[in-house]
Amino acid sequence: MKGTDPRRAIIGDALAIGIGTGAYGISFGALAVASGLSVWQTQALSLLMFTGASQFALIAVIASGGSALVAISTATLIGTRNTFYSVAMAPILRVRGLRRLLAAQWTIDESTGMAVGHEDRRDAARLAFWSTAIAIYVLWNLGTLLGAVGAGFIEDPNMFGLDAAAPAAFLALIWPRLTSWPMRWVAIVSLGTAVVLAPFLSAGLPVLLAGAAGIAVGLVLGARAPEVER
Amino acid sequence: MWPTILIASGAAYGLKLLGYVVPEKWLDTPFARRITVLIPIALLSALIGLWTLVSGSQITFDARVPGVLAALVALLLRAPFLVVIIVAAAVTAGVRTLGWLP
Repeated sequence: MKGTDPRRAIIGDALAIGIGTGAYGISFGALAVASGLSVWQTQALSLLMFTGASQFALIAVIASGGSALVAISTATLIGTRNTFYSVAMAPILRVRGLRRLLAAQWTIDESTGMAVGHEDRRDAARLAFWSTAIAIYVLWNLGTLLGAVGAGFIEDPNMFGLDAAAPAAFLALIWPRLTSWPMRWVAIVSLGTAVVLAPFLSAGLPVLLAGAAGIAVGLVLGARAPEVER
Repeated sequence: MWPTILIASGAAYGLKLLGYVVPEKWLDTPFARRITVLIPIALLSALIGLWTLVSGSQITFDARVPGVLAALVALLLRAPFLVVIIVAAAVTAGVRTLGWLP
């Protein structure tokens, strides 16, 4: 039996993804504290919410002075894709009870993407899911703590260009999806609408309206995701 | 701040759990799939615009713009995630230090 090699490769990939995410977590921690959250509040987001894009969106709205309602709506809307990930993972994992509750919390872009990559073999897919989930959960939270505590020692985070790190991170996050022109138009229209509306509407509303405009454009142009969901 | 964090976290968890407890055919419709793919792209793009070109409620052109443009170039050159972020922060910090843009 040559069962150990593929397993080792999967765990290696999971660790690599975890380390990359951990580094990203450092910037989340620093930005959250710069946005006015305490270290504990920042850590709570990474422990409890544990879905990066929504966490960034929440602190983005808070930093721009948006209301709690808009912050919650934006973060929640961005999190809707996780429901489709869990729909995809349920037949692969077949979990019940406590393990189901845990699997749900760890069903995110990366763990689903890794598992779907090994869909042909259920045991490999399960290993990919659980190892990626654990690596990311641990390292994302460590990164968050490091960034949140570290930000306290920096007097002006903007001096280090941290305010450009967040939009750059968002851009890198959506980049793999921008492979077709309809999808690029969704991004361009949303971005433009948000900026144009910003001077006229209270903080947070431009995000939701621009998002709606982008989604409408996407539906009209028939924008689709590239093959694998991740 | 705490209620916002806890409510949003609870909602995020509910969405994740939903797919495990509800029959697949209820949620997995073609239209729902299309919308779900579009939502993060649209909302995150809106946030990119605001975080690059808006301060408070004013449209501004400051050191963040060259930083994000540098990130775009890095992505076109297939740089890894972390490099993209570091490039953006470094360019913005550099432009600011040199006093070219606020």
